Amino acid sequence: MNAKIADRIATAVFVLIALLLVFILVGLVGYLMWRGLPHISWHFLTSPPAFSEAGGGIGPQLFNSIYVLFLTMLLTVPIGVGGGIFLAEYAGDGWLTRFLRSAIEVLSSLPSIVVGLFGLLVFVQYTGWGYTILGGALALMLFNLPLMVRTSEEAIRSVPRDQKEASLALGVSHWRTITSVLLPSALPGIVTGAILTAGRAFGEAAALMFTAGMSSSRVDFTDWNPFSPLSPLNPMRSGETLAVNIWKVSSEGLVPDAREIAAGASALLVIVVLVFNLLARFLSRWLYKKMTASSS
Amino acid sequence: MDCVSEVLSGEATHQPRWFGSLGAPQALQERLAERAQDVPAVKAETDVAIETRDLHVYYGKNHALKGINITFYKNEITALIGPSGCGKSTYLRSLNRMNDTIPTAKTTGHILLNGEDLNRPDIDVWALRKRVGMVFQRPNPFNKSIYENIAFAPRFHGIKKKSTLDDVVEEALRRAALWDEVKDRLHESAFALSGGQQQRLCIARALAIEPDVLLLDEPAAALDPISTAKIEELLLDLKKRYTVIIVTHNMQQAARISDRTAFFYEGELIEYNPTHKLFTNPDKQATEDYVSGRFG
Ligand SMILES: Nc1ncnc2c1ncn2[C@@H]1O[C@H](COP(=O)(O)OP(=O)(O)OP(=O)(O)O)[C@@H](O)[C@H]1O
Ligand SMILES: [Mg+2]
Repeated sequence: MNAKIADRIATAVFVLIALLLVFILVGLVGYLMWRGLPHISWHFLTSPPAFSEAGGGIGPQLFNSIYVLFLTMLLTVPIGVGGGIFLAEYAGDGWLTRFLRSAIEVLSSLPSIVVGLFGLLVFVQYTGWGYTILGGALALMLFNLPLMVRTSEEAIRSVPRDQKEASLALGVSHWRTITSVLLPSALPGIVTGAILTAGRAFGEAAALMFTAGMSSSRVDFTDWNPFSPLSPLNPMRSGETLAVNIWKVSSEGLVPDAREIAAGASALLVIVVLVFNLLARFLSRWLYKKMTASSS
Repeated sequence: MDCVSEVLSGEATHQPRWFGSLGAPQALQERLAERAQDVPAVKAETDVAIETRDLHVYYGKNHALKGINITFYKNEITALIGPSGCGKSTYLRSLNRMNDTIPTAKTTGHILLNGEDLNRPDIDVWALRKRVGMVFQRPNPFNKSIYENIAFAPRFHGIKKKSTLDDVVEEALRRAALWDEVKDRLHESAFALSGGQQQRLCIARALAIEPDVLLLDEPAAALDPISTAKIEELLLDLKKRYTVIIVTHNMQQAARISDRTAFFYEGELIEYNPTHKLFTNPDKQATEDYVSGRFG
């Protein structure tokens, strides 16, 4: 067999693998859409679930998902980027750093159900909060922090060293060099990390079942004061998310249209994650332009 | 008669490397001779810009610089030459304490700027780097607009007023002979400039913080002959205001623009003399061998 033929065969194999991947993706998304889209309606998106009859919606769950995601990102991004900055710019090579790195490694390989059970012990029982949206967000933060720290660190490290040297040689402080030279260049990588985190958080069920709970407390969508008990923004209420809801209705749903609800919710989940991706990409490009262009 | 002047008078049997193909030996010889009058071997104490005494640098166990004593004079260009790995960059980087940013590097000895020892541990390195500016081998503009590249450090050092910053930017670009080429696109990305323009931008950036001494590490190594000529012309102009120290591998360049030359070999200073003397009548055999291209 000569090199040319070998090359042809290898090319064919790679093309086949690529086609297979595309086929799986398109098939999966297509199937979910085909099954789910017909069930998505304004009514479905905005009404509360029904108990025993058909025709219930997923309004509160959708809201809870977005709210849990928002709180999770609020906690994960600053702490994660801070950790990335520390590891990339300040941490030496000592035993403490090595310990920290292996802790992050271990944390990132924990199955989400274990994180959920840990959350149950700490954020539900130890604190005495019961099932809360905040507890869910904290559990998701634990679950996503390693990824966020690692992608931030990598993004900062991948900025060419000569950029940092240029800034330091101008007498600019280390911290200002980080915020004004390294972070803007690392931003696309950091945003990518945040997208991955957001996608994982939005679709996560296991870590939330035992922390944010499997029921949605009664909420009053006209009351937006986060401190009032019925407010949707109250982080101390229990809040079932979309992904948890999918798991619940398809495993123990009593309503006759449980399958349709699960299909509709799944399609919705996929759509939202795709929208996030596009939005984050757009945001990252916009931020990048804004931070690198002149501020005057 | 030594080898170099043999070549200069056209009697050589071999051409030294530093003549390259560009050189008009006659013109260069005249230039060297012309400058011989202006550069006395030693100048008055008041003309001293910066000096090092017994400067040693270690990278871990590697003793990279072994007790270097050099006195640099105001408004002169001093060239540092020597084979690769002999410590030129290390020496240059120790003058503005950039070696501090390398964890394994250790510097001992004295660096005197206006009688103040810059190598004392309690010196404010940020303020010092403002007085000793640096330009690197590869052009390394920030990922920002042309304007922001220059305004960044002055703003950090306390200039907040927009009109003052505008003036600083214009003045720096004028001194770096770049103003006319970029004045209509100050707010475009610096990455859109040519390599030579980027390097002049880096020089302008260093000038904007009003240093006393300008360090350049092979600033033209990555540039074409025309850009190189522009940089050389610029440096000759800049020495009217600044003390310029330049590392170069190009013997012709050293001969063309420098007033004094220091020859390094394996971490030691072999010879430091006015350029015309070092190139036509060096004190050391090793220097003669190096400048005539017999090793290196
Ligand atoms: N960051 C570093 N860490 C460890 N050793 C280094 C470092 N930088 C330089 N060295 C070592 O110090 C010595 C001098 O290096 P330096 O870069 O100063 O040489 P140079 O004269 O500038 O060479 P070149 O002409 O190739 O730029 C070399 O032996 C080099 O291996
Ligand atoms: Mg070097």
